[in-house]
Amino acid sequence: MSGANPYKVSIGLETHVQLKTRSKIWCACPNTFGSDPNTDVCPICLGYPGSMPVLNAEAVKLTVMAGLLLGCRINHYSKFDRKSYFYPDMPKNYQISQYDQPLCTGGSVPIEVDGKPKVIRIHRIHLEEDVAKNNHFETASGVDFNRAGTPLMEIVSEPDIASADEAFAFLQALKQMLVYGGITDGNLEQGNIRCDINCSVRPDTQTTLGTKTEIKNMNTFKGVHRSLTYEIKRQIEVCEQGGKIMQETRRWDDARGVTTAMRSKEYAHDYRYFPEPDLMPVVLDDAQIDEWRTALPEMPQARRTRFITDFGLPAYDADVLVADKPIADFFEATLAAGASPKAASNWVMTELLRMLGEQEWSVSEARITPTMLADILRLLDEGKINNPAAKTIFSVCFTEGGDPRAIMEARGLAQVSDEGALDRWVQAAITANPKSVADYQAGKKAALQFLMGQVMRASQGKANPPKVMQALKAQLDG
Amino acid sequence: MHAQLPTVATLPQLLANGQTTTRSVVDTLSAAIESRNPVLNAYLSWDGAEAARWAQEVDAQSVANRPLLAGVPIGIKDVLNVQGQPCGCASLILEKYVSPYDATAVARLRQAGALPFGRLNMDEFAMGSSNENSAYGPARNPWNAGYVTGGSSGGSAAAVAGGMAVAALGTDTGGSIRQPAAFCGCVGLKPSYGRVSRYGLTAFASSLDQIGPLTQSVEDAAILLQVIAGHDPLDSTSLDRPVPDYRAALSGDLAGMRLGLPREYFTDGVDPQVTWAVRAAIEECRKLGAEIVDVDLPHTRYAVATYYIIATAEASANLARFDGVRYGARESGQDPIDSYGRTRARYFGPEVKRRIILGTFVLSSGYYDAYYLRAQKVRTLIRRDFEAAFQQCDALLAPVAPTTAYPLGERVDDPLQMYLGDIFTVTANLAGICGLSVPCGFSDNGLPVGLQVLGPAFREETILRVGHAYEQATDWHHGLPPVCAEDGGQ
Ligand SMILES: [Zn+2]
Repeated sequence: MSGANPYKVSIGLETHVQLKTRSKIWCACPNTFGSDPNTDVCPICLGYPGSMPVLNAEAVKLTVMAGLLLGCRINHYSKFDRKSYFYPDMPKNYQISQYDQPLCTGGSVPIEVDGKPKVIRIHRIHLEEDVAKNNHFETASGVDFNRAGTPLMEIVSEPDIASADEAFAFLQALKQMLVYGGITDGNLEQGNIRCDINCSVRPDTQTTLGTKTEIKNMNTFKGVHRSLTYEIKRQIEVCEQGGKIMQETRRWDDARGVTTAMRSKEYAHDYRYFPEPDLMPVVLDDAQIDEWRTALPEMPQARRTRFITDFGLPAYDADVLVADKPIADFFEATLAAGASPKAASNWVMTELLRMLGEQEWSVSEARITPTMLADILRLLDEGKINNPAAKTIFSVCFTEGGDPRAIMEARGLAQVSDEGALDRWVQAAITANPKSVADYQAGKKAALQFLMGQVMRASQGKANPPKVMQALKAQLDG
Repeated sequence: MHAQLPTVATLPQLLANGQTTTRSVVDTLSAAIESRNPVLNAYLSWDGAEAARWAQEVDAQSVANRPLLAGVPIGIKDVLNVQGQPCGCASLILEKYVSPYDATAVARLRQAGALPFGRLNMDEFAMGSSNENSAYGPARNPWNAGYVTGGSSGGSAAAVAGGMAVAALGTDTGGSIRQPAAFCGCVGLKPSYGRVSRYGLTAFASSLDQIGPLTQSVEDAAILLQVIAGHDPLDSTSLDRPVPDYRAALSGDLAGMRLGLPREYFTDGVDPQVTWAVRAAIEECRKLGAEIVDVDLPHTRYAVATYYIIATAEASANLARFDGVRYGARESGQDPIDSYGRTRARYFGPEVKRRIILGTFVLSSGYYDAYYLRAQKVRTLIRRDFEAAFQQCDALLAPVAPTTAYPLGERVDDPLQMYLGDIFTVTANLAGICGLSVPCGFSDNGLPVGLQVLGPAFREETILRVGHAYEQATDWHHGLPPVCAEDGGQ
């Protein structure tokens, strides 16, 4: 859109975040990802007759800690309710959630788009159970109940988000805070964070919100951005043509890049909420809340400041490193293993981030450890390897792991500083390139670089470059 | 010819003295079931061979330092989960379902040395007051097989009263232990809400359900409660309060006790023969040393409506899980939702459907405030009625039901009439208090009448003391139903 936008956009996000607890929310089954289908299950999370839920205290703690991070009011009394609907992903055909008395209310998430800061208000955070996963095969469907009963926190924002960019920035900021807080692993590929979008547009002059549509079950931030870009454009076009926006649920078709209306049958529900009689209300006192408050880990802003003051990093480096908690953790661990801050920062920011980007991996998927990186930097520092060799070793460690020194030896990457060997390569280069020698002696400095290259090639990259330079100069100038 | 079954209280002594063996008890039990169950239909299934194997193992062990229930087989209502046994809730939707785990109450029986034995008939999913809602036909009253047992724990009551169980576990959501105990002439105890873990009890109405014993004597009820009561980490609504020594509370007298008569429970609507028997029981209690006072429970008339709103609302959600996906019967359909509809339409019985529909309605958007929310408010008033009454007395005496057992089929077409019969029992569940049913006489046509003793929450020792003293002073519980006499019981 160019010029003044005659439409205002209001977006609210309901973000579902899987909590990083050891066990599920109502039973002792492990809260893990990737097990064989229907192996992390028991009578409770399968909703067998007579089974009963018992609230996982860790899930309450993590939800309250998330509330504290987002500046929410923590409610001293909250309760659980049953939300009824029939669907194969729901073992009991009701979901235990929190209807009118959630754990946290209020709060906000600060974001920045195009250098402009803005605050997105949070309406509430409540705790509920995740549902199972439906898998569709060629001729049949199956349900994997491993995910059923994973603790799920729903963060409901106010409709303060005004663009697809802001929605994207909100999700990034939220994820960063929650991953930092140790609330979630924040792994989008594993469905740790999913969201439902509410979106409406209205003429700039109108004060009340326009009719909203809902886009359900988005599991990538990019998808949220694309679907909103489409949906905002669609709604404005409908308004421009004098049409009416229907209140409806729409599905994002990622392949076609459009949202389409779902049949009303697919989402029209009367959830018939009522208080969950199998669970007691959650009652929290100030002492408990304060204890959790003191357990909150360092947030990105504080860490950034510490990186700058304690390690002497430039602000830019600090920003890049803290943006992703596992990266910042990797960096700090590399320092702990003995590396210098600037060298470690350079290597993390360039080599590590580049290779992760190429592979589309998270740090945990790469085989390299902070200790390996520190060892590589030590070899470099001690002059045992040169920079190209260091990159080669890094690359091997990244994909295969291993001891950097062993890799250096096995691949013959040790730098040659032995003067006898260097002299032989230097002599050979001088003998083979009389023209370059003459050029150099006539004052063309570039000729020296050429000769240097010849020596490096002859040594298969192993010669110590400063020493080569020294020897060349000694021979030519001498 | 069959011998009579011993009580829970006497059995350990008989075993220790060598006067009987567990094998002999089990054989008596099996023989009684073989001969009487074809008529009474109290058991849906039982495994006599397994019980015989277990009995032999028990008999081979030393009699010294035995747990409380060593060698005692206990009948189990079909709504309670026992690992490796069917748990069909007398419903076709769970016809072939075998439970993968033990209910906590069942596990505690096992730990105390008992054997969970057989599956006892009941109204489907515990929904009913006559046992006529069982998918496998009604259990029949041992005093007259043409009459109902009451319900929903009808099989449990018929088995105990009919000499086919030493004791049994039932469940009580609105009178489902006390009323069949009264109709069949045995003792039935509904513990306070939270006294016994509900883990493994297939839920009908979660805020009302409790597991309790049906027994041949009040002392037996005290012993079984002792075993199954207490906090369970698997049930968040089970209270973490000490369990008193119930048997020690059975003093045999009522000296210094004040017993209240709720005016609203002695009205014209009660069968005069029931009133007469209960009045006589009250006189007996007076003779035993109790002071009798009148009390008011002014919100009693709203109790049945309140109960059927709350119970059906919770049931509509609790029974939603029976969809055929993970267990139980399944009808195929065009899509999952279609399959659910067909499955539930085919395999749920009419009363279960009626209650699911009613419960779905009272929770629906636009009706919630008028029904469910209001019912919760009335529930609070009913609870306060009892709190006020218990300021004036230690326990209450009342009829269990307005009538004695009625002929099979008499009320099946009139659910409202059936619901109104629960008037004196649903209040205890709504208030979360404890209640006991003790035999107190017979009607002219030879059917048992029950005396109900209601006590404050977590004061089971009080109502057990009252029931025990009354029982010791009378001999109603010694009466033997014709079915036992006919096939040779002494
Ligand atoms: Zn589980």
